[in-house]
Amino acid sequence: MAKKESTLFNMVSSLVIVTLVASTALGYVYELTKGPIAAAKLAAKIKAIDEVVLPYDNNPVEEMYKISVEGSVDSLEVYPAKKDGKLIASAIRSYSPKGYGGNIWLMVGLLPDGNIQNIVVLEHKETPGLGTKMNTLEFQDQFLGKNPSSFNLKVQKDGGDVDALTGATITSRAFGGATQRAFDTYMKGGQHE
Amino acid sequence: MNNLQNFNKGFFKENAVFVQLLGMCPTLGVTTTAFNGLGMGLATTFVLLMSNISISLIKSFIPDKVRIPAYIVVIASFVTIVDLVMAGYLPELHKNLGLFIPLIVVNCIVLGRAEAFASKNGVVSSIFDGLGMGFGFSMALVMLGGIRELLGSLSIFGIQLVEADGILLFILPPGAFIALGFLIALINHLRKTA
Repeated sequence: MAKKESTLFNMVSSLVIVTLVASTALGYVYELTKGPIAAAKLAAKIKAIDEVVLPYDNNPVEEMYKISVEGSVDSLEVYPAKKDGKLIASAIRSYSPKGYGGNIWLMVGLLPDGNIQNIVVLEHKETPGLGTKMNTLEFQDQFLGKNPSSFNLKVQKDGGDVDALTGATITSRAFGGATQRAFDTYMKGGQHE
Repeated sequence: MNNLQNFNKGFFKENAVFVQLLGMCPTLGVTTTAFNGLGMGLATTFVLLMSNISISLIKSFIPDKVRIPAYIVVIASFVTIVDLVMAGYLPELHKNLGLFIPLIVVNCIVLGRAEAFASKNGVVSSIFDGLGMGFGFSMALVMLGGIRELLGSLSIFGIQLVEADGILLFILPPGAFIALGFLIALINHLRKTA
């Protein structure tokens, strides 16, 4: 079969047909994957909440509330974990804009009195092999069970109590900063009972 | 050229990465581990295969002057499909490769094969060409990712071999250039002597 000639009508009609078929196919695939994508995102969120709070029997995602951050238009999401109707811990989705590669997002689990239960890194763009070590237990261990009202979340170089990662002081600073933001916001506007 | 040759040439004789030096952006960007390299390679293989099939089928209906925009629409559609499906069913891999999946659209290997092969050949040989080029690309990415992971974090496919710190340089971008340079030299030496 000979190639179509490049007349205006041929060019326009063939492009219209190609884009029409392509957009129909994409619309179909989008509808098909919409459910699984939402489910995967929710599952990742619930997994992070499970890791940072104590065992609960309510639905923290449904009871999520927002607290606005002081001096900023942003607000943080708080997921309260309850057992027998009593608040046992809260998971706070906090961030620091001061990471080495942009924002660092953490899920910080705080007990009602502000003690740190556990911390999980949600999103980051830190240097592999240096900043990514904030994901290790060796680094995070120093935060667990501490209360930021007595444990200074600045790195030792800045006069705080955090033993920074070798070669990743900026990341350590941002990690502490995000935790501090979660603590400050929660103590000011969060539910404690 | 028979179909076996169409398939085989993608591995050594015309390997996209080592010989043609195409698709350098994903090659250097995602190969911090062997697994990421494999994921990126297979995603590109799928796009390459599907776009080769479609383009070899529609080639006679597309006037010459608008063939490039038509090919790009076809390629971009398949890339978006891969992106959506991966986000839904392989969220972990999608998190690692996220940034690079949309960039398959501008990967010159895909458009290169559409223009140089699929638009001139039938469906069957285009399938073999797409598969061969795709697997050759995947092989190159796994080799590069494997070497960088091995030297950089002393592990392979996520399995830690020795409990120690590796040579950090190989995880960082300069390590990609150094490792790729040595690999290209080695492959070219083997091609010349074989």
